[in-house]
Amino acid sequence: MNSFEYTRPVDVVDAVRQIAADPAAKFIAGGTNLIDLMKENVARPSRLIDITRLPLGKIEETTDGGLRIGALVANSDLAYDPRIEARYPLLGSAILAGASQQLRNMASTGGNLLQRTRCLYFYDTSTPCNKREPESGCSAIGGINRMHAILGTSEHCIAAHPSDMCVALAALDARVLATGTGGQRSIAFGDFHRLPGNTPQTDTNLRADEIITAIELPPKGFAKNYTYLKIRDRLSYAFALVSVAVGLEIEGDRIKDARLALGGVAHKPWRDREVEAQLRGASPTRESFARAAETLLRGARGFGHNDFKIELARRAILRTLGQAARGTPQSQADKRIK
Amino acid sequence: MAQSSSAARKSSDRRPNPAKMAVTLHVNGVERRLMIAPWTTLLDALRLHLDLTGTKKGCDHGQCGACTVLVDGRRIYSCLTLAVMKDGAQVTTIEGLAQGSTLHPLQQAFIEHDALQCGYCTPGQICSAAGLISEGKAGNADDIRELMSGNICRCGAYPNIVAAIEQVMFGKTPGEANR
Repeated sequence: MNSFEYTRPVDVVDAVRQIAADPAAKFIAGGTNLIDLMKENVARPSRLIDITRLPLGKIEETTDGGLRIGALVANSDLAYDPRIEARYPLLGSAILAGASQQLRNMASTGGNLLQRTRCLYFYDTSTPCNKREPESGCSAIGGINRMHAILGTSEHCIAAHPSDMCVALAALDARVLATGTGGQRSIAFGDFHRLPGNTPQTDTNLRADEIITAIELPPKGFAKNYTYLKIRDRLSYAFALVSVAVGLEIEGDRIKDARLALGGVAHKPWRDREVEAQLRGASPTRESFARAAETLLRGARGFGHNDFKIELARRAILRTLGQAARGTPQSQADKRIK
Repeated sequence: MAQSSSAARKSSDRRPNPAKMAVTLHVNGVERRLMIAPWTTLLDALRLHLDLTGTKKGCDHGQCGACTVLVDGRRIYSCLTLAVMKDGAQVTTIEGLAQGSTLHPLQQAFIEHDALQCGYCTPGQICSAAGLISEGKAGNADDIRELMSGNICRCGAYPNIVAAIEQVMFGKTPGEANR
């Protein structure tokens, strides 16, 4: 780990002032990803701004009937919050599918959004990586790419976003509240993370002087018909090969509203509005679900080791839409299909 | 070979080495005052500065669970947090679980169930299980397995670890749990 200065801002304004004054500084909250990246020499911040003592640890009702989750709420506290369990079980389930309980006790809501890819080449400073060292090349293309993206890739980067929580937040149409030197703004979840394009070093659209203060959930939580399925190389404590978050609203024999987001397949949680439009008004049958999977994966492309993810994603979409429609969400402890 | 973050390295190399910082940790009920560099992990503070070597360094990257301790009653990986960030916190390590010569019920159960082979992961397993019990989210063996997945045992003592935890949580005797 490199040497760095360590500071504790007194409030959000002070935190923003400190980050704006030093482009090589970083905020630290849970630290579960940043400290690891520092040990690997991938991150070398000049200063760590410890925000853990700022008052951003509450979950509050919003006036429109949703919830505002403070950026410092621990992932485990969020997953087990009674309001999340009752109204947004998709989010709670996705969080519990991720990491381990020790990590969930440490990791913050805001930090979960800002975690970096677990691409092995990004971590290995002896290899070229456009995300770590712009213009140096991508070692995953033509390298070991079993964990990598199949959608929205570019010739510069095929890294996948590692979060489970963010897949559910994307499906739920969450918003990210950020404060910077220019004041506060609210960012639609779909606009928060980026595709790699030709600037894969930039993961998100958060500005350099901004801090995430909260995540807002709209009132609609799809608590009746939802599921989160995570498929990985071992049954727990592993990153997703493919994960799927589904929320359905079913009226009679028709789908009134549908949300479908995938993890492990792209540089950001992958949501496709065309697929959701196709599902709205359709009947919740295997045929409709197969059409949805086909549409969602129309542009999918494998890079050798990860070719299997295309068929895996198709089957995972079919299974999850069925589970959500039947109201038999996947348990994250008992892995059997109900 | 690619240069890693060369710009960041230069900017940080120009800075003077930051001074050591005063940190107070309440470890196993005892107040411990330290002067340590900010990049010292809680794990290194415990092992190297406080000589509490019960907490193990396995992977040092949050992937094995050997370094699990309880901070303010919650289980965390001590390798992925900085000691300076935990200034003022209550830390419980494996050394703090027994009451005098009476073992913690989990320590006793691990012995009764032979829930270890080499023993390297055991302090982390036991601290993690203590956290699991106080969280109160595990209702059966499936839940225990899932919520203990952050502790790897390369000897493969998992069935006996689950049985030991079941005994403490649900009062199962070794015979019942080793079904």
